[in-house]
Amino acid sequence: MLSPQLNLYVIIAFSFLVALVLSVYPLPMDMRWWRPEFVLLVAIYWIFFMPLTVSFILLCILGLFQDLLEGVPFGQHSLGLVIVAYICILSYQRVRNFSIWRQSGWIFVLVGVAQLTDNWVQGMAGRPLSGIQFLYPALSSALLWPVCHWWLNNMTHRYHH
Amino acid sequence: MMVLVVVGLYTDRLEPLREKLAQLVTPFYQITDVPGRVNDWRKDTFVSQADLKIENEALKTELLIHQRKLQQLASLAAENVRLRQLLNASQMLQDTVLIAELIGVSPNPLSHKVIINRGTKDGAFKGQPVLDAFGLMGQVIEVGETSSTVLLISDSTHAIPVQVNRNGVRAIAEGTGDLNSLSLRHVSANTDIRAGDLLVSSGLGERFPVGYPVAEVLQVVRDPGKAFLTVIAQPMARLDRSRHLLLVFADRDKASVPGALSLPAAATSISSSSSSAVSGGR
Repeated sequence: MLSPQLNLYVIIAFSFLVALVLSVYPLPMDMRWWRPEFVLLVAIYWIFFMPLTVSFILLCILGLFQDLLEGVPFGQHSLGLVIVAYICILSYQRVRNFSIWRQSGWIFVLVGVAQLTDNWVQGMAGRPLSGIQFLYPALSSALLWPVCHWWLNNMTHRYHH
Repeated sequence: MMVLVVVGLYTDRLEPLREKLAQLVTPFYQITDVPGRVNDWRKDTFVSQADLKIENEALKTELLIHQRKLQQLASLAAENVRLRQLLNASQMLQDTVLIAELIGVSPNPLSHKVIINRGTKDGAFKGQPVLDAFGLMGQVIEVGETSSTVLLISDSTHAIPVQVNRNGVRAIAEGTGDLNSLSLRHVSANTDIRAGDLLVSSGLGERFPVGYPVAEVLQVVRDPGKAFLTVIAQPMARLDRSRHLLLVFADRDKASVPGALSLPAAATSISSSSSSAVSGGR
């Protein structure tokens, strides 16, 4: 058996890998707005519940890899990840005590912030945004949060202890 | 982070890095393509003989129709070559194509890009035109070793020189970010263009070969308050459905392409210098 600490790192790496694969899973062109921000959700979970395990540098590298993966300008996702991670670090003690749906509401705000920076970079790259569509991922991410929370909780409890 | 964004957007210093690392992301697209592959395999494997027979019949009929059209095409092509000789213009060229398969779609909803399973190993290059069975789809913008990224003509950063097939009026068709519409740029108010016109690639700009269908004009709005017409066209290629694409090699790149098929296609642009007026047909 691996040591618990090492085990935790394996779980974290695995969860991010799954999130990355899901974030490029092919969807019909018109449905793409509804794709939740999987990587961001997983990152938020780890920061909320294990704030000392995920470093900002690691998040930056993760974000850069996601940029590479999705073919968007370098820095777009890492910018969002780092800003959201900072807000999470400031707020995790309160948010841990929220009910799950209240947490979802907070997730909506956090993903919304990340979407703002995402679309700000996209706008600079010459793809201006029209309409309220950019909040769809925030909504779907918020709805997915209970599932994500349950899955990661389950995995941590099963393999970490 | 901000510096990185700005450097990445306004200079091309990060491009080599991106190209080097492109190989890292291919496995992800291959993994996400697995369900599609399984589905294809299922369709190919569990199919009744009766269905196959019906499909075979349909394909034979279709082949017959196409062969009839091809017969006409041969004489038309010969005539075209003769006329071009009279005009002192360059000869017909054959384009070569390589079949590619779509393995992924860009997850970014603001950009229209797809990932295909051909790369430098197969001779794909940056700027290469991409077709499907119905028309022009776009061009290759990033090439990895075994996969590359194709920018579709409907992307809001893409534009393609076109001409109206009916009368040769030239225009630029810009992507709008909407999968089903292109808009024509700077078309003056008295231009002869109407709904239903077929737009084909004009070959100006020397990126796309001449004569491939690009879009069909859906709507022409003459607003007296505006300097130009508003022309909306619908792409002919099935941008969100086609799974099998064709990479086009112009004649000069043909030599080094393994497994490429040759396809009779449009003529190259007319050259005015007499030295290039090669005699003889295909």
